[in-house]
Amino acid sequence: MSDRSTPRAWVTWALLAAVAVLAVLPLATGAGEGMEEPFSGADGQAESLVGELNPDYEPWMAPLVELPSGEVESGLFALQAAIGAGVVGYALGVARTRSRPGDRAAPGPGAPSAGPEASDAPGGPRDR
Amino acid sequence: MHIPEGLLPPLHAAAWTAAAAPFVVHGVRSLTREVRANPEAKLLIGAAGAFCFVLSALKIPSATGTSSHPVGVGLGSVLFRPPVMAVLGTVTLLFQALLLAHGGLSTLGANAFSLAVVGPWVAYGAFRLVRALTARLPEGTSLSLAVFTAAFSASLGTYTVTSLQLALAHPDPEGGVLGAFAKYATVFSVTQVPIAVIEGLVTVVAVRLLTSVNRGDLVRLGVLRPAPAPVPETAPREAADREAGTADTAAAGGDDKEKNA
Repeated sequence: MSDRSTPRAWVTWALLAAVAVLAVLPLATGAGEGMEEPFSGADGQAESLVGELNPDYEPWMAPLVELPSGEVESGLFALQAAIGAGVVGYALGVARTRSRPGDRAAPGPGAPSAGPEASDAPGGPRDR
Repeated sequence: MHIPEGLLPPLHAAAWTAAAAPFVVHGVRSLTREVRANPEAKLLIGAAGAFCFVLSALKIPSATGTSSHPVGVGLGSVLFRPPVMAVLGTVTLLFQALLLAHGGLSTLGANAFSLAVVGPWVAYGAFRLVRALTARLPEGTSLSLAVFTAAFSASLGTYTVTSLQLALAHPDPEGGVLGAFAKYATVFSVTQVPIAVIEGLVTVVAVRLLTSVNRGDLVRLGVLRPAPAPVPETAPREAADREAGTADTAAAGGDDKEKNA
């Protein structure tokens, strides 16, 4: 049971492949065909539905920033994803370094040059 | 996809803000308590917030010919419980409302209620439920199933609430609130189904990576059950795992050394 709780790398890759397939499938099968604006945002669709159900309604507040174009908007969304991905990557990297006791016990990058015998002392990074 | 700026009448916008505010305030308090009690958790809290940031920026095409984005609240809710995620989700919504013209300030309360309050609680409930139901399965399988269900239901739950919020504000002249709910749910929730599956899988990947590099924290947070004492026979197998690119527990490594010394 304990061996099952250590994740296998290939399963992780398989999960990521499934994600890619699921994301591309609607494009490949042509789910957006015949639509005025294929794959538009669901929020825009809801907005036009509000206009349909409640034609007298006027949005009483406009967004503070009016983005000049779709390109600028997608750029900002890319920025948001980049910031998030950077932080996630940093956190995983730090956690990985912390979880290796051998790295912590070693005084610095110069340590391995002291010779492998030195690390035979108890607590040394013997298993690496 | 959040409710755009100005799309809810002022009264509704105020009511949802009032409904979401206590959860966010309570969340800020439990966040500061968690950080104070355990400063090392800051790293993982940051990662959970950043995960929400990444996922809610990615607009993914759906089988309905529309597109929407995941909510990304599943991971933080499972790791740190829903109050903490209420804060992180609201911060993400605020960023999108202020800089990306996505969502809005007037609808921030309504969007926070669906994404940062209901989503996380649905995720947490689903996680606990599936963990209890699958307690007899191997730990890794049980955890993956529970995390997938948590993220999937948070994603769908969020947009079901969004549909309900719009239906209450703009009911169908013929079908009333229920009829309008069916229409909004067709737009939001049905679009969301394949995206919720994607979100579930991505969240499982994130938890698997965390299990590899940060098992100790997951055990401390009660997400992962403590592994039984390592049996010496499994040592060669764990070494093989390490070569395959997966990190190993510190405990098993320490055991090896003691045996060899």
